[in-house]
Amino acid sequence: MEIPYTVDLRPDTGVYNAKIGIWLFLASEVMLFGALFSAYILLRVGAEPGLWPHGWLDVRLGAINTLLLALSAITTLLAWAACKVRQFGKFKFFHACTILLALTFLGIKSYEYHDKWIHYEIALGSGPEAGKFADGHLVEKSADFDLAKKTGTVTLHGHFVADRKELMDLRSPAAQAVQNEELTIKAADIAKMENYGPKHNTFTAIYFTLTGLHALHILGGTAVIFYLWGPGSKLWRRDPERFTNRIEVSGLFWHFVDLVWIFLFPVLYLT
Amino acid sequence: MDDSVAQFPPYRGPEATSDHGDHGHHAHPEPSFWSKYIFSTDHKVIGIQYGLTSLSFMLFGFCLMLLMRWQISHPGMPVPALGPLLEKILGAPAAGGAISPDLYNSFGAMHGTIMVFLGVVPLAFAAFGNYVVPLMIGAPDMAFPRINMASYHAFFLGGVVMLVSFFIPGGAAQAGWTSYSPLATTIPTNGQAFWLIGMVLLITSSLLGAVNFIATIIQLRAPGMTWMRMPFFVWAQFVTAFILLLAFPPLEAAGVLQLMDNVAHTSFFLPTGLAVGGQLADRSGGGSPLLWQHLFWFLGHPEVYVLILPAMGIVAEILANNTRKPLWGYKSLVYSVLFVGFLSFIVWAHHMYMTGMGQRIAMFFQATTMIISIPSVVILTCLFLSLWGGSIRINTPMLFALGFLPMFGIGGLSGLPLGLAATDLYLHDTYYIIAHFHYVVAPGTIFALFAGVYFWFPKITGRRMNEFWGRVHFWCSFVFMNLVFQPMFFQGIKGMLRRMSDGAANYSAARVHDAIDTLPGTIMELNTFILWAAIALGLAQIPFIINLFHSISYGEKVTSDNPWQATTLDWQTPTPPPHGNFADLPVVAHGPYEYSVPGRREDFTPQNEPLTEPAPAPAPQPQPQPAH
Repeated sequence: MEIPYTVDLRPDTGVYNAKIGIWLFLASEVMLFGALFSAYILLRVGAEPGLWPHGWLDVRLGAINTLLLALSAITTLLAWAACKVRQFGKFKFFHACTILLALTFLGIKSYEYHDKWIHYEIALGSGPEAGKFADGHLVEKSADFDLAKKTGTVTLHGHFVADRKELMDLRSPAAQAVQNEELTIKAADIAKMENYGPKHNTFTAIYFTLTGLHALHILGGTAVIFYLWGPGSKLWRRDPERFTNRIEVSGLFWHFVDLVWIFLFPVLYLT
Repeated sequence: MDDSVAQFPPYRGPEATSDHGDHGHHAHPEPSFWSKYIFSTDHKVIGIQYGLTSLSFMLFGFCLMLLMRWQISHPGMPVPALGPLLEKILGAPAAGGAISPDLYNSFGAMHGTIMVFLGVVPLAFAAFGNYVVPLMIGAPDMAFPRINMASYHAFFLGGVVMLVSFFIPGGAAQAGWTSYSPLATTIPTNGQAFWLIGMVLLITSSLLGAVNFIATIIQLRAPGMTWMRMPFFVWAQFVTAFILLLAFPPLEAAGVLQLMDNVAHTSFFLPTGLAVGGQLADRSGGGSPLLWQHLFWFLGHPEVYVLILPAMGIVAEILANNTRKPLWGYKSLVYSVLFVGFLSFIVWAHHMYMTGMGQRIAMFFQATTMIISIPSVVILTCLFLSLWGGSIRINTPMLFALGFLPMFGIGGLSGLPLGLAATDLYLHDTYYIIAHFHYVVAPGTIFALFAGVYFWFPKITGRRMNEFWGRVHFWCSFVFMNLVFQPMFFQGIKGMLRRMSDGAANYSAARVHDAIDTLPGTIMELNTFILWAAIALGLAQIPFIINLFHSISYGEKVTSDNPWQATTLDWQTPTPPPHGNFADLPVVAHGPYEYSVPGRREDFTPQNEPLTEPAPAPAPQPQPQPAH
């Protein structure tokens, strides 16, 4: 038994099965990310005045990542075109580029995550700066540092602020003028210490969720493209047409993932 | 795709030539048990997998409900017979063999979840859709057989996660099947996290299924099977698949966000200043509980149509077949179902009139809700009018299909007061709601599903289910369904709230005597009445269960591939259909319901019967003929 139109086009619809399948899948993906972007809008509109962060992310890194994904979209297209004109070598080259670009993207993304992970905000309950907040990147924790037992010290590269709202808009001239220095804080003085992880506030929560889900898509797409580039490319010798279709379908998914980033970048980094 | 993956059931069938009489379990390089039943890519096997699994889940969900009904009518008293067992399995929440309020909440949440996501949807959409749709459109299989298999496996895993959650410390999710935040996040057990992970698996499963169905219907229709020659059942499944495809992802998004709230301690749905147990919660705040409800009901309402449209499709097929005349208003049915599908996406907030989302939004959703009742009524009216002037054949599937019509009618009409904000404010969260949506789903959809089981059983197994016990099943179910749900309307109108683990005993005791909102004793006594009706309803299912399994091996054999003398392609295959379905590629030359066409030899014309008129021999794309 053969299922019709797995490779050939059905005359009245003009497509093969998998192409309909991937477009339907992408439609549901649009609804998935659409819901998440709606959530972002609602949370941002509903945020208390002055408590939605601006400029917390590094625009340069985001821009580089945008460029990487845009380039990978081009190499994906060229890889498919190479298959269409039956140039297998070129296909190998272009999709190797795609995979490298995707991995670089994930590398930069991990660096950004790490940067948030070691970024701490410390509310001081006692000591010389009581009532203030220390904000900065972790330099080191002393060996005996223990918040619960109130022993040891922690060193941040950062500065003190009197009001948390001063930490919200890092694009403001005041924030730009801040001089960071090494601050050593005793555990005994700390009322609350929290890194810029998802639970820090609604912005970091939606930032990690949106980009995390996107990164999972990148990871999945890369895995598929890597499979088709490596072991899966054996199909090329048996049925080049079918292989080309696979490259097209995986490429459509990849373009969608790129497109999501094109929305994520301005929404999270630029506003 | 290889031919070694055989059909279900393994015996019988026209081409079982090599091993007559020894039930075909060896000889031949037979596929192993695993590749035949567990890792099968045949749409019919997958349909049956879905069918048996979801029927089991429905029985389980029903049992949860019986336990809850016991607790409602006998609050705090040990469950008879089962009490010690419950305590042994579930531990502290069932201390003394009684159902604690926490356990009651668990059962309530899981009853809803299981019935909707593991029972009715997989049965109506995945089981019937998988088995019947490819047959009806003349396809050899689904467009993506392996994705189809993955869909079932994801569904099964999701079910396992849901079941496992009963046994973790603290038990299963307790925040209702709607899982409203902040409650769902602040309950200090892990049940909700399990629920969310289970839901993500179920959503994945339905996504894979929906993509497959739509692609199959668009791409694999047999030559001549034009859109307007598709049976109504296929149209209903087509629209259902689109609803699942587009409405489920927002719930998946919401599920991911709530999972973050529960596991990573974010505050997507937790407002600023949330207090838990009298203390300010250690949360950043800034989230929105209303956001969860919007995202949930964006799925939740279309989901109602996922439950009902396949049922309408089944009823339409059975009515046309047993009235021996074409469906009345086929085109109106098709356009109505498309319109319902579209509108179902913009009515969701009528579940949220009580949330304080604002009058203007309520007005909008009230208007769309009234509008969506129009195509629904068109569909029901067409089905009613189809009966007019037919020489109606009464059999078990037809009885269930006929039972569906008034029952769904009651369910639908009792929904109107809930769609209008003014009356909903009073009825919201009372037993009236419970009665309303159960009338839609239980005697409505589930009756249609029973009808479908009795109707397609001969095609699946080559044997009929017992007619007498089928009728016993119908009449008992019909009577007891109504005895269970009808009293709830009265309870609700009198102000009895849902989700109270003691059946409103405390609530009614705390009220001022003779005040307008006091629950009269008669209303409270109905709890006991409903319990007995529910038990009777449960007993009424026993003939069905025995009939179903007994008839697989011992039912009366059918003598023809088309025992109901039906027109659609699913009956023009060998019985049971082999892998690949059709002996020859069917070429469709007729509309779906050419029954009793004057001047024809028989009172039904199969869709693939070659044209006898002076037309040329059936070409791959024959000229469309007038419908009848």
